[in-house]
Amino acid sequence: MSQPLSAEQLLGAWRRMVTIREFEERLHREMPKGMIPGFTHLYSGQEAIAVGVCDTLDREDVIVSTHRGHGHCLAKGCEVKPMMQEIYGRAGGLCGGKGGSMHIADFSKGMLGANGIVGGGPPLATGAALAFRNLGNRRVSVGFGGDGSANQGTVFEAMNMAVVLKVPTLFVFENNGYSENTAAEYAIGARDLAERCAAFGMPAETGDGTDFFDVYARTRRAVERARNGEGPSSLVFTCTRFFGHFEGDPQKYRAADEVDTFRQTMDCLGKFRDRVTAEGWLQESALQQVHEDVLALIDAAVEEAMAAPLPDLATLTTDVYTTY
Amino acid sequence: MPVMSYREALTDAYRLAMRKDPRICILGEDVAGGAGASGQRNIGGIFGPWPDFLPEFGEQRMIDTPISESAIVGTAVGAALCGLRPVAEIMFSDFLGLCLDQIWNQAAKFRYMFGGQTSCPVVIRVNTGAGMSAGSQHSQTGYGMMTNIPGLKVVVPASPADVKGLVMTALEDPDPVIIFDHKSLFTDKGEVPEGEFYLPFGEAELVREGDDCTIVAISRMVKFSQKAADALEKDGISVDIVNPRTLSPLDEETILESVEHTGRLVVVDESNPRCSAATDIAALVASKGFSSLKAPIQLVTAPHTPPPFAPNLERAYLPGPKDIEAAVRRTLKS
Repeated sequence: MSQPLSAEQLLGAWRRMVTIREFEERLHREMPKGMIPGFTHLYSGQEAIAVGVCDTLDREDVIVSTHRGHGHCLAKGCEVKPMMQEIYGRAGGLCGGKGGSMHIADFSKGMLGANGIVGGGPPLATGAALAFRNLGNRRVSVGFGGDGSANQGTVFEAMNMAVVLKVPTLFVFENNGYSENTAAEYAIGARDLAERCAAFGMPAETGDGTDFFDVYARTRRAVERARNGEGPSSLVFTCTRFFGHFEGDPQKYRAADEVDTFRQTMDCLGKFRDRVTAEGWLQESALQQVHEDVLALIDAAVEEAMAAPLPDLATLTTDVYTTY
Repeated sequence: MPVMSYREALTDAYRLAMRKDPRICILGEDVAGGAGASGQRNIGGIFGPWPDFLPEFGEQRMIDTPISESAIVGTAVGAALCGLRPVAEIMFSDFLGLCLDQIWNQAAKFRYMFGGQTSCPVVIRVNTGAGMSAGSQHSQTGYGMMTNIPGLKVVVPASPADVKGLVMTALEDPDPVIIFDHKSLFTDKGEVPEGEFYLPFGEAELVREGDDCTIVAISRMVKFSQKAADALEKDGISVDIVNPRTLSPLDEETILESVEHTGRLVVVDESNPRCSAATDIAALVASKGFSSLKAPIQLVTAPHTPPPFAPNLERAYLPGPKDIEAAVRRTLKS
């Protein structure tokens, strides 16, 4: 196979995937220390999807994310330090500490927000795409969701609406096997999610969410269709999450060795590393250097976040309205 | 000043605003009507507010949608985040239950939750209220629930002039706005200024001035309060009638000043009585204007039942001029 992306692009993809992984692994270690308020849902294991999808997008394109949103944020260009501050509830966070892990947004990067309501985002993605259609630009929107969101009526409505209005949007379903504690096998009556998406009248396919190259190639085709005015598509990527639904989830619903096995067999980072080195596209040393840079950045981000000032109490009542 | 109906004022306001701002589009079920059907395309909207909008503004701006309230509002909200000024039409306010998440958890929260990064200039327009024997699921108001939502502005036009001025303001407002157009007022006529006309949010109208009691009346209840006031006047009783125009923001000052002057308060709202706009306004006066009160506050509302179907039951359900008149007289007996 010929090299699908330049060495610079590949190294960038690696940097983003490793950043997500190390960001999440670090949060997993920090959560029990009690400095991070609230609920946190980690993305470890699904990195190839966020990065494979977002690497096909331009800066002006937009994404709408989920409660498990850190990966999407980082993949779309949100910076590590203000993200970390947001998660720690600090004034310097991307949302000034008013959003938290479940509501990180950076509109300057086309990241229209993580969404704490399962199925809340896809209607917004349809709307963003309607704006792009009406404004006559070539931008596209992506609505991320999990296998859990795939059973929400809001998502069905958003998909049908997107087909009827023929707007440039992608519905990306990350099937990590579980909606909270319940298996997708049980909760998706039709079993084949892509088939169900196709029934709405749009191209839909299933890809390997642990293979960056598969995610990238399928998404790129769908983005191209959208930009060409051919309407929405759905993409289902199978994957696993390496942690629980939320941090602190005892995961009794998973077989004892399941996560350990998946860390061996379904690790998108390992697969990427093996592929790019075997093909001779990137050197192991370059990958390693990036990894070390990322670890240093995350160390600094955690340290700075813990020392950062809390939000001013006066901000409690600001920004409810623009004018009132 | 030209006289037009509530419906004509509505049409006039949206037409003027859409001519001025190409980012405005209207999405909803049958906003034009007849899409993909074998007969007439463009029915002009439900209750007829958009007669010739499709030919003038085209399909990109008059967007007929499937019956998917959640996606209608969600699509409008997403488009508002990306440069449009969409109007989501929900045919009856009773259907707000189907799209509540997109209003409550999405549109109204984005500015705050994302630390002021964005505004969300979406307008949600609904037909509201009882009086047409439309039954329990097509006759409610719902503005009380909406007023409970921070981040959302709530508009309740009581007259043709209100409709025009408040709609034109809503379509230039940076925040999410929900407008409750009362379907039983559509044929009512009144004077409406020509051309661009804006009424500010959060400024109540003192519809009538008097000395003995303040009536705060919402939407159609303003008209009924006028009838009550006419009857009371024959007995030498004069009242202030305050039309809040917007429930969020609420013009507390005008209400409190009026009660300070009259010493008595009747609040009239056709909604159910619990946790409602009426109880909110009563609480405002009880907490900030108690020393002005010479008598207990009277609430004139529907009973705590769903709206019934049979016309005689519906008439009994709705507050009428006589109920308002009686309430004013009760405040004067104390």
